[in-house]
Amino acid sequence: MAMAQTAVEQQAPAGAEAEDRAGSHRTGALLRWGLPVLFGLIILGGWELFVWYRINVDGISHYNHILPAPTTIAVALVEDWHILAPGWLVTLWITAQALFWAVVLGVGLAIAFSLSKWIEFSFFPYAVVLQVTPIVAIAPLIITMLNDLDTALLVCAWIVAFFPILSNTIIGLRSVDHGLLDLYQMYGASRWRVMLDLRLPSALPYFLAALKISAGLSLIGAVVGEFVAYGQSPGLAARIVEASYLLKVPRMFAALVLISVTGILLFLLFSFVSNLALRSWHESAVRRER
Amino acid sequence: MAEPARAVDAASEPPLIALERVEKRFANGTLAVTGLDLAIGRHEFVSLLGPSGCGKSTALRMIAGLGAPTSGRIRWPGHGAGSRPARGEVGFVFQEPTLMPWARVAANIRRPLALIGVTGAEADRRVAEALEMVGLAEFARAFPRELSGGMRMRVSIARALATRPKVLLMDEPFAALDEITRFRLNEDLLDLWRANSWTVVFVTHSVFESVYLSSRIVVMTGRPGRVHADVPIEAPYPRSQAFRMTEAYNGYCRTVSAALAEAMAAPGGGT
Repeated sequence: MAMAQTAVEQQAPAGAEAEDRAGSHRTGALLRWGLPVLFGLIILGGWELFVWYRINVDGISHYNHILPAPTTIAVALVEDWHILAPGWLVTLWITAQALFWAVVLGVGLAIAFSLSKWIEFSFFPYAVVLQVTPIVAIAPLIITMLNDLDTALLVCAWIVAFFPILSNTIIGLRSVDHGLLDLYQMYGASRWRVMLDLRLPSALPYFLAALKISAGLSLIGAVVGEFVAYGQSPGLAARIVEASYLLKVPRMFAALVLISVTGILLFLLFSFVSNLALRSWHESAVRRER
Repeated sequence: MAEPARAVDAASEPPLIALERVEKRFANGTLAVTGLDLAIGRHEFVSLLGPSGCGKSTALRMIAGLGAPTSGRIRWPGHGAGSRPARGEVGFVFQEPTLMPWARVAANIRRPLALIGVTGAEADRRVAEALEMVGLAEFARAFPRELSGGMRMRVSIARALATRPKVLLMDEPFAALDEITRFRLNEDLLDLWRANSWTVVFVTHSVFESVYLSSRIVVMTGRPGRVHADVPIEAPYPRSQAFRMTEAYNGYCRTVSAALAEAMAAPGGGT
């Protein structure tokens, strides 16, 4: 047919321009990673200097027990690794399980909600109740109610991680292009077809955004639970409480660093997953043409 | 070849689609369409022309089976036993391309086929055929976002064509495109219509577009919409860009513009 001419309307840019773009992309990446690292180094350097000043100039020799210098924390991290590492693994394991169940139940319930208004009307208010109740307030109840500490900690972490996934996925499942819904209706598609072909893919960006938030939240939930249950847990947060009783301040900081690093790694991991899943089509992950 | 406009041979053949006293009132109380009588013959290219909000899209959606009339009825007397056509016999093109952004062009076009149960090699063949028709054969593996607006609209048309429909319902499909792209798509659409002997119902608010394309223009009043004038465009096909320069074209544009102005001034014709 006569239509082929327009097919070339939009084609790759000329070589020089493409090179230029690659170059500016490299600069962008350098800034993106270089600037935060530089900023971090300045802060750490200032901190180190401040502690050194307090000890050597002001003569407060025990200052490392009030605010340990970054190098002292690093030393503690290495020396106490045999104490911290097992705890870290326990906390990580609780976090992973909680996130897993938050995904399974959050997505499952979101799908049930979007298939039936009855289910949504019945359950959604209670999901909100879960969300707005401060976890520190109910963690003691959960821990006393459930005899098994591991399960109790898992429930604490799950409660915090669950809601963002539920509510985001619900919005995502509803955000299908109405034209596509009309189209599917015209071809007589079943509700499950619409779910699989339209609703789930439309929900993916929303779900992945929630996953990034919930990964961090489930770590926080696990840590809060452990704090409430202090001595009894083998987790990392319990090591912080323990170290504070023993006045091992550098070890507390070392454990804190480990928790923060874990949170950051989780965030980066899910950002990476999200980018991988969306980069070919979703505006959030597609680089802008310039 | 000069053929007369394909006006219905009303005496010999029943209309393909018949709207009888159709009324549509939305849940919020808005009366979109009232007392709409319209008969569309096989192989016609009918444009529904009217001010925005006049219910022309609503009428088109009801023909497509998206929402039933609140009163009156829509029949398909010229179709088999007068029953509704089967899934896939009617293609619908929306105002927006309405593509799945996460699926490649070929997958987008394939979706309606899967829904009516055409799969495997046969589906591959139909997808290729539809892409060929709209001139996008080499873009099968592209994602919608990689295409220009005009190309996306072509994909949307190809998707409607994949099931080999007999009837094509188009809801202001080119309204969002620039004029150059629009003219080209107009021309291509006419070629396809003539080659495949479809029946096309085309909703537009452009007088020029409707005169260029149609064998017949139905001018609707403002909300609630009803038929104000029914203007056959008896210029011969094929129509090329040169048609836009002719006296006949200008004459029809004047006639239809006047009818549209009247329709908007008619009682109940507020916009």
